[in-house]
Amino acid sequence: MAESTHIHDKNVPLEYSKAEDRMTILGFWVFLGAEVVLFSTLFATYLVLHSRPADGPTSAELFKPEIVLIMTFLLLTSSFTGSMAIHYLRAQNMKKMIVWLLLTMLLGLGFLGCEIYEFHEYIALEGVSIKTSAFLSGFFVLVGTHGLHVTLGIGWLTLILIQLKKRGFTPRTARKVFVIGLYWHFLDIVWLFIFTLVYLSGMVL
Amino acid sequence: MVVYFYASLLIRDGVVTVNEKENIQENHDRFPWKLVIGFVLSIVLTLLTLWVAFRSGFQDKMVLSLMLLLAFLQAGMQLVLFMHVREGEGTVQVSNMVHAFFTAIIIVAGSVWVMSFGMHNH
Repeated sequence: MAESTHIHDKNVPLEYSKAEDRMTILGFWVFLGAEVVLFSTLFATYLVLHSRPADGPTSAELFKPEIVLIMTFLLLTSSFTGSMAIHYLRAQNMKKMIVWLLLTMLLGLGFLGCEIYEFHEYIALEGVSIKTSAFLSGFFVLVGTHGLHVTLGIGWLTLILIQLKKRGFTPRTARKVFVIGLYWHFLDIVWLFIFTLVYLSGMVL
Repeated sequence: MVVYFYASLLIRDGVVTVNEKENIQENHDRFPWKLVIGFVLSIVLTLLTLWVAFRSGFQDKMVLSLMLLLAFLQAGMQLVLFMHVREGEGTVQVSNMVHAFFTAIIIVAGSVWVMSFGMHNH
């Protein structure tokens, strides 16, 4: 344990205590900036193609508000539980941090389940696919990319939980928890815009 | 209001520490009401968005503008309260996020505007 020789200043959170970890956090912010731009290209494509449903349904005919609302509140809540986990990370309370992380993961899984159900409804019941129209290609690619990110986040969090169990609190594991926290909140922010620009706009405008 | 909000984000030092007024020990021994307030805020903003979308009866342009305003406010709230964007290399992080969102808005609004011409012929 190289970290044990480190003298820790109580006023600085563990994840910020070493230069390497500080730079990793900064680097992750730069990555998130690039992710914002990546998603913006998918939003642009979707919005441009939204008015081209071809022979398939329009967004107003396809979307159902109930499932989208459930997904939104699941992800909003998971963003909050994630921030609680970071709070207990800084209090160095392993037990409470793990509980909040597990809760976050559970809510994320709930969100993912709803999304799979939603896509299944569209494909099996409405008979549409990614090839049906330009509108649906844009839709499945944008929302699917977000869903893929959530899936990745759940897998990543699982690995971090295993590492926490093995190594406990070190500057490195603390930084990893903090970084996945950033990633998780970021996915909630992307969902905010999917909720607004894809679902709500698609239903009422 | 939005401009003020983002301007206030920029006025921060880049020193590697959490908020200098708060001692980590005493701060993290207490229940984090700040985060609960953030959660309540995000719920309220979402409910407001729903009202604007389904119940307000405003014109389409007004509905879209208000929904976007609420989404950006909520994103800003999450960045500050949940993601601690102003901590660590705060200035660089805030500048990077402002730049990313600026680029995103140009890409999205620009594409929609450019492609809006002639679409009605199809």
